[in-house]
Amino acid sequence: MAAPIKIDFAVGIGGENGQGIASTGDILARIFARRGLHLNAYNAYQSIIRGGHTFLTIRASDAPVRNMGDKIDVFIPLNQDTMDRHLHLLKAGACAIYDAEKIAPGKAADGVQLCPMPMKELTQGNKLAINTAALGAALRLLGIESEPLESVVARQFKKKGDAVVAQNISIARAGYDYAAQNFKAFPWKTPVGPKPLGVITGNQATAMGGAAAGVKFYAAYPMSPSTGVPMWMAAHARQLGIMVRQVEDEIGVMNMVIGAAHTGCRAMCATSGGGFALMSEAIGMAGMLETPVVCIDVQRAGPATGVPTKTEQGDLWQVLGAGQGDYPKLVVAPSSQLDLFQTIPELFNLCDKYQCPGLVLADLLISEGTSSIDPDELDFNVKIDRGELILPNGNTEGANLGSGYNDKAYLRFKNTESGISPRAVPGVPGHIFTAATDEHDEDGTIISDEFTNPHKRRMMVEKRGRKMQAAINDIAPPKLFGPENAAVILVGWGSTEGVIREAVEKLAGEEGIVANHLQIKWIVPFHAAEISRILWQKNVIVVENTYSGQFARYLRSETGFDAQGHIRKYDGEPFMPHHIVEAVKDQLAGKTRLSVPVHEVLA
Amino acid sequence: MSTATETAPPKDPGTLTKDTYRGRIHPDWCPGCGDFSVLAALQTAMFELGLQPHQVCVVSGIGCSSNLPGYVNTYGMHTLHGRSLAVATGVKLGNHELKVICTGGDGDGFGIGGNHFVHTMRRNVDLTYIVMDNQIYGLTTGQCSPTSVKGMKTKSTPHGSVENPINPIPMAIVCGATYVARAFSGKQKHMVEMFKGAIQHKGFALVDVFSPCVTYNKDNTYQWFNPRVKILEEQGHDPTDLHKAIDRGYQWGEEIPIGLFWRRTDLETLEEQEPVLHTGEGPLAFRSNLSIPSDHAKALINELL
Repeated sequence: MAAPIKIDFAVGIGGENGQGIASTGDILARIFARRGLHLNAYNAYQSIIRGGHTFLTIRASDAPVRNMGDKIDVFIPLNQDTMDRHLHLLKAGACAIYDAEKIAPGKAADGVQLCPMPMKELTQGNKLAINTAALGAALRLLGIESEPLESVVARQFKKKGDAVVAQNISIARAGYDYAAQNFKAFPWKTPVGPKPLGVITGNQATAMGGAAAGVKFYAAYPMSPSTGVPMWMAAHARQLGIMVRQVEDEIGVMNMVIGAAHTGCRAMCATSGGGFALMSEAIGMAGMLETPVVCIDVQRAGPATGVPTKTEQGDLWQVLGAGQGDYPKLVVAPSSQLDLFQTIPELFNLCDKYQCPGLVLADLLISEGTSSIDPDELDFNVKIDRGELILPNGNTEGANLGSGYNDKAYLRFKNTESGISPRAVPGVPGHIFTAATDEHDEDGTIISDEFTNPHKRRMMVEKRGRKMQAAINDIAPPKLFGPENAAVILVGWGSTEGVIREAVEKLAGEEGIVANHLQIKWIVPFHAAEISRILWQKNVIVVENTYSGQFARYLRSETGFDAQGHIRKYDGEPFMPHHIVEAVKDQLAGKTRLSVPVHEVLA
Repeated sequence: MSTATETAPPKDPGTLTKDTYRGRIHPDWCPGCGDFSVLAALQTAMFELGLQPHQVCVVSGIGCSSNLPGYVNTYGMHTLHGRSLAVATGVKLGNHELKVICTGGDGDGFGIGGNHFVHTMRRNVDLTYIVMDNQIYGLTTGQCSPTSVKGMKTKSTPHGSVENPINPIPMAIVCGATYVARAFSGKQKHMVEMFKGAIQHKGFALVDVFSPCVTYNKDNTYQWFNPRVKILEEQGHDPTDLHKAIDRGYQWGEEIPIGLFWRRTDLETLEEQEPVLHTGEGPLAFRSNLSIPSDHAKALINELL
């Protein structure tokens, strides 16, 4: 028996804001995931057009789906503009479902099935339900039964009342039946996976990772594309016993988070690049006070306000340099929604161990992006290790309540061999100290209060710095994916893992080019020795979403390794697999060493 | 894993004296600085209220006066310029059983920290905020501050300041502070009473203290204030009368009121309104089991299906 052919398809829905694109996308994603299909959804906001336009791509398969892919199979333009921009990109076998009365198709490639529908009649004149009728038709063409559609539509419109639910189900069914009679279904049927999957955004995964880590304090100032994290936190705060606060600005956010962390809470915040810039001084305070906090920078395209709804990896050096001065911090760049969920608790353990800030570099692509998720992989039963934390034992009888600082009974910043000092929190009897952002002695005394002693200053700088010496042993080194003796190694970091991995598979499968892939997740500490070993004397192309090659420069600064080739994209849209495939082909053919793929959708 | 405190051999358990609150380091303020009086008044207020040193956290920003946490024997934080109220809010929410007292100067609180000042007051966080207001930037050697009076000549305003100053008293009243008082370093006993009232008050309490800078402010000196300050409590002022409180707050010139301008006790604090602090499990910081119970985890996952 032949191996089953993997079915892999994408639905693209586009139109103006308010035409129900998000809800249509939610319904489709849920139908696919409940069916056990893997999926990845990316919502591109086309803010260049008056009124605002959105194009949502949902790709599904019975094999893992790591990015939005290269093609659209079912195209649902809800207005003329979307039709004009995207139709020419459809390839033979695809179909376009649209309102026959309002939208003219234009010229399509041979083999593209045009599916005009009498929407006014099918929706009984309800303009807001055109998406629902199109959805019904799409499912028919994909060979999906109408029952799951009806239950998911009911779930989606539950809040709007029974009448709206009933009307939408009836319109969806009308669209479904119309397609059955008038259009040709795909030659394959959408498969059913082994078990139902869930649907998650990266921001939800980040917040859930925080909850799993035992976050008790979360503060935020709303900023796209990070706002999904505080929204999840606020919705679940009381159920989970988490203090969630919206603060006047990001300066206040980070300072408040540090205050809460100083008392012993696990405390977290998320923002985007602009908010992170405002937090920067306080992140240095966390370094100086040796307070563990976690902050997620969900990068957007910058600088300044930049492009709030577009993705980029341009905050790497900002995060590396956050806060004036020279002090230890941890920086990590998870590669997927699941990785975000799993990394947050791991990072909290390291922050508690090393008593320093932990910074997460996410971006719009994975944080607002949606993925299917196996519910069994969302393991909330994570290891929680608070490091050398001293909490009150509840028995203050007999303790000298005023002891600590005055009698030197407790040295909060003790100069230990590891650099890590046992950390008491306010409220613990016998451990009084002051935590100062001025340089201080082991007991917390500000050194300028005595005289600015260069030996003490050196000791304290070294004590803090020394904490990081062993941290590299606590994190996994990056692993090379693919055969050792490949023609080229593609190096990426953070969110680009999925698309680079697929490009490597396509290079092998379609182009006969053997490439392999090194994705780097931990930025600080950096596995420089292992990375050097892998890359040394190899043909290396760095793939990243920046203009100036921030990661290539960081790689060089940490390893001395200068990559031969670069693929960079900084137009705000994420890489698609073929962008990388074409660029690798060009570079191996000696045409260029710097490829900047053009995003085709924006005509 | 975290460890509980080891039981140290008791030295003198439970006995509090005024000296208990004295820090090991002698303040590095200029001789004659008004802040010495504030420090002494705060130590006296804590002693007279019988506060346990380990259950107090004094949080400051940056500036001459913000060095204060190092001079009292309680838990302390010496944070960033202007940020003491934001940090202190985090401290209070993380452990709402602590008495949290913020200290700082006029530049720290009303200048660079102005945004946090406004919003912390409207939230009515249960904090005591003591501002050592000397109407000058001292640590940077004498530039004008948000409370420098119009016309004041400083190193940054050699021809006299043309800007109107902030008046923190009416500002605090309209921004939602629920205890608004003013004290003067030359009247320490009165200041102790203001501090005690502020620390005992449930909600955001501001005590703006005229604390003369003897080095850089040659206008607003002890000699200048002494004949002018008049104690509201001796004048029959009613601190529950909003309009009178604002009127007296604006009073400046030959007579400058000190004392409690405004107090209201009918507003709940931020902490009182947050159910997550009132689950019977104590402060958030000391919650023993951080793991999500499996039934909760299951419910969270089910939302995704």
